[in-house]
Amino acid sequence: MQLDQLYQEIILDHYKRPLGRGLRDPYEAETHHVNPTCGDEITLRVHADDGKIADVSWEGQGCSISQASASILHELLTGTSVGDALKVHETFVELMQSKGQIEPDESVLGDAVAFAGVAKYPARVKCALLSWMAFKDALARAGAMEVPS
Amino acid sequence: MSVITIPEGMPQYVEKPRLDVEAIRADFPILSRTINGHPMVYLDSGNTSQKPRQVVEAMVDHYFHHNANVSRAIYTLGSEATEAYEGARATVAEFIGAPRADEIVFTKNSTEAINLVAHAFSGTAADPRFRLGPGDEIVISEMEHHSNLVPWQLLCERTGATLKWFGVTDQGRLDESNLDELVTERTKIVSLVHYSNILGTINATSRITKRAKEVGALVLLDCSQSVPHLPFDVVDYGVDFIAFTGHKMLGPTGIGVLWGRYELLEAMPPFLGGGSMVETVTMPRTTYAPPPARFEAGTPPIAEAVGLAAAVRYLQGVGMEAIQWHEKELTAYALDALATVPGLHVFGPTVPVGRGGTISFSLAADDGTPIHPHDVGQVLDSLGVQVRVGHHCARPTCVRFGVAAMTRASFYLYTTTGEVDALVRGLAQVRKVFA
Repeated sequence: MQLDQLYQEIILDHYKRPLGRGLRDPYEAETHHVNPTCGDEITLRVHADDGKIADVSWEGQGCSISQASASILHELLTGTSVGDALKVHETFVELMQSKGQIEPDESVLGDAVAFAGVAKYPARVKCALLSWMAFKDALARAGAMEVPS
Repeated sequence: MSVITIPEGMPQYVEKPRLDVEAIRADFPILSRTINGHPMVYLDSGNTSQKPRQVVEAMVDHYFHHNANVSRAIYTLGSEATEAYEGARATVAEFIGAPRADEIVFTKNSTEAINLVAHAFSGTAADPRFRLGPGDEIVISEMEHHSNLVPWQLLCERTGATLKWFGVTDQGRLDESNLDELVTERTKIVSLVHYSNILGTINATSRITKRAKEVGALVLLDCSQSVPHLPFDVVDYGVDFIAFTGHKMLGPTGIGVLWGRYELLEAMPPFLGGGSMVETVTMPRTTYAPPPARFEAGTPPIAEAVGLAAAVRYLQGVGMEAIQWHEKELTAYALDALATVPGLHVFGPTVPVGRGGTISFSLAADDGTPIHPHDVGQVLDSLGVQVRVGHHCARPTCVRFGVAAMTRASFYLYTTTGEVDALVRGLAQVRKVFA
């Protein structure tokens, strides 16, 4: 098996030196998501200001995939407009649900393209999506986006 | 290498029955497959066991030659199917030393068996032993599988009864130090795991059953992990109910067993309503069949019962004592081997006494950073080693030991020392990837 496709250097780097970790003020919404099958957890705060994601701070415990994913989420989305953040979010979720059939767009996803390999492991997709689902939930609670019904 | 040699000068235990692990493995086609280019090393039997040819063939033979519904058809096939189904009940009864075959209730799994017993308790139960309300107590432990925890939580919510539990010591043993304060005249049932699916601990039960009898409480033993792995006799253990499941003992999924003392089963209300569990049905009301039929509404798992009986015969052929001893030696070997892995910590007993071949552990990198079980399991899988990672449906036990998840290797009669070696080599590889 191509283990290094799953555990790409970028992922291991983010896992060992996570970005944006530690819960910070100010924030408009905080969410706590768990993966009930493995017990992984994340607490995530969103601070939106003037239509922009001013900060995404998080604290969690989990596997390398879930922790690296939160780190990359912080890196990619902090400072972007809410609209762009949602677009990146949508692209990432689509990649993770592609079963490895999509060629990821690096111009949209940045370091997150490293997760293309994870999409081939159905058991690990939830790990990668944990923080992203917590982020979207927080954004909705913060009232910073139109929530599709 | 798959034969354990006890060093000279040590007791050789020649009187213990042994098994021929290679001959056994030949009966399990799945054990010769490869995973990711490596020979498969299956170390997840605590989750579900593999099935020998004999079990699958018995089910195929049933479907190909004897298939009909049971307990209603008077034609030949119907009689054959009924005979096979009731024969399976007798085989299972004999296997666990039940005095009567009709003390065996076939369920879907252990979970359903435990829920069935929990369901018998209510504020309006006819038999006072099953009457439960505010002020009454149910006692479990901190090492229960969720299946022996959630049904009792639900029951307490329904009735206002209180849930209490035995703690677990740092060594992973049941903390019986407060037995007399925990099990009292208020206790209606003690429902306890026999062999922990996460710590591997095998609980000594005699003090607890004795205390329960003193105070008039019933005892249910969750034998999901013990009946498959060691000789078990319901009379010896002196309990009121046991629950176990077919798929962990070489049998198929979809069938479990509740054993209960007959006079208790007789005092219990039906669980699910429907066909087969009735005596006389009129439009306004129904009277119910005696146990076990009372608890087996609808078409039961017939082929599964046939498969389970074949599994029991297979286990009896090898000998439960030989299986127990094989796993004991394997556990001793594995505990020693795992102790050589840097950064590895075993949860639960670290000596092969009062424990079975289910070993959960954590692993850390050289700098002490814990490596998450998901990552451990993923790297092991790339080497063909199949272990379970997560909270093992025993989250409170994980919390007790301060972790969100554990990695678990669990053995069975077909597990070899060579497979333990493959696990240890795999763990070295895990530490390399996450160095």
